[in-house]
Amino acid sequence: MLELKNIYKTFNPGTVNEKRALQGLSLSLADGDFVTVIGGNGAGKSTMLNIISGAYSVDEGSISIGGVDVTRLPEYKRAPYIGRVFQDPMMGTAATMQIEENLALAARRGQRRGLRTGISRAEREQYRELLKILDLGLEDRLTSKVGLLSGGQRQALTLLMATLKKPQLLLLDEHTAALDPKTAAKVLSATEQIVRRDNLTTLMITHNMRDAIAHGNRLIMLYDGRVVVDVRGEEKSRLTVEDLLEKFNQASGSTEADDKLLLS
Amino acid sequence: MFITTLLNALPGVVAQGLIWSIMAIGVYITYKILDVADLTVDGTMCTGGAVFIVLVTGGWNPWAAMVAAFLSGMAAGLVTGLLHTACGIPAILAGILTQLALYSVNLRIMGQSNRPISVDKYPLLVSARNVRQAALSNPILVCVLFTAATIGALYWFFGTEQGCAVRATGANPNMARAQGINTNFTTVLGLMLSNGLVALSAALLAQYQGFADVQSGRGAIVIGLAAVIIGEVLFSKVFRNFALKLLAVVFGSLIYYLVYQVVILLGLKSDDMKLITALIVALFLAVPYWKGRYFAKRTGKGAGSHA
Repeated sequence: MLELKNIYKTFNPGTVNEKRALQGLSLSLADGDFVTVIGGNGAGKSTMLNIISGAYSVDEGSISIGGVDVTRLPEYKRAPYIGRVFQDPMMGTAATMQIEENLALAARRGQRRGLRTGISRAEREQYRELLKILDLGLEDRLTSKVGLLSGGQRQALTLLMATLKKPQLLLLDEHTAALDPKTAAKVLSATEQIVRRDNLTTLMITHNMRDAIAHGNRLIMLYDGRVVVDVRGEEKSRLTVEDLLEKFNQASGSTEADDKLLLS
Repeated sequence: MFITTLLNALPGVVAQGLIWSIMAIGVYITYKILDVADLTVDGTMCTGGAVFIVLVTGGWNPWAAMVAAFLSGMAAGLVTGLLHTACGIPAILAGILTQLALYSVNLRIMGQSNRPISVDKYPLLVSARNVRQAALSNPILVCVLFTAATIGALYWFFGTEQGCAVRATGANPNMARAQGINTNFTTVLGLMLSNGLVALSAALLAQYQGFADVQSGRGAIVIGLAAVIIGEVLFSKVFRNFALKLLAVVFGSLIYYLVYQVVILLGLKSDDMKLITALIVALFLAVPYWKGRYFAKRTGKGAGSHA
């Protein structure tokens, strides 16, 4: 489904701020994989998602989604394949537009936009039903401006938008990190529900190791811009936080378990 | 005495206000919808009139010349858009570059710095001469039709898929790209539409006053902003629908020209109006900022964080 081959990405090359974010990253996802991604700050997690979505270009390597080489495609041309939820709740929605208008924009992801009406009556009914799944009372506020919603509501809406048109790949960049624990749990359970329902191939970055263990069928750990740990299936379901710390130590060659690096 | 003079001037104020309101709606598209300050309009505000007069004096039908004026504005918007998107030049600078280039282009189109056109010789759509007549030729009638048609067309367009894509680009370009919108294309499209309307307004103005002048666009962007901001400050509480928001811009433009007239009658020269316009816009832009700071301190939340 997703194939990352030997990706290199360096920011500000040749300056004092040079940052080698990805160094030979390779990753292959099978159809329906739900992969959780962990790693310390600067390990390259967000950069990985951003080079998949096309927000950043790669220095070296290739990216293909469902057999299509997208390495050189601009961000908007990759959008038909990819649904995204960002860490910042403000990023994924248009604050000055209505809830239904935001959904209608998402419903047309990957389609040619012409001079047909931007939102039809039939769509409104459909959106009302879909918003009920979130259980946030948004189904009665279709024409409210998104800017009036809380961070959690906006994030839940972004999740709905990302999956409204079934994407081949769902990218979640710590999408619950900016939310309070209760809302985060709600958004995470909605995520689990939607990913299961549509059998979506998913990459989910998280800072929370328990969430990383509890969700998905596969877990990868990034360190220094590479995948250093990759557990799946049976082994993944038996994983504990202690196991993860140990694996991290082995991979990084460090002798002490640095929780901070993982949990920060 | 003052009131009678003002009342006498009123029809002219309304006609001018309506003509400039189309220009201000163009500014609204870039400034409010696309979130870009487009300075191209100072040049386009002459180009539209220049193209119109040259074509009509060359034997064109005035309606066809209006269409040509609109297209000339779109071309100017295209240049700014490409400088911004394809060449990576910041929008403000891209607009300034096109505006400067248009000065030469406008002189080339007209062949001289000022081109007159007489309503006696050509079948113009509007003329200041008829502004006090109760007849179909009264320019106010035609201007109302043009303004209403502009609002209607834009209300339709910004409700379409493509129009929503333009709005999303201005509201959140990251989100727009994530939804597969080519934000470079929508930005160029918005700039073209905006400058097309400005040129249309310029063509009406040239007919109304009977000439096009290479200086006639100077400061147009600020007048447009004044209309947008006055309309917003006075009507944003009551006008929430998109068509009504555009109507608020029209009212803003009418109010601007009313104030203009009052200031002139009070004895200031029309040359002083640029200073006054700049002051009005600066004040209206500063007030929300000051308000924010003031309230921030009062509630003790995030005080001083605005700097």
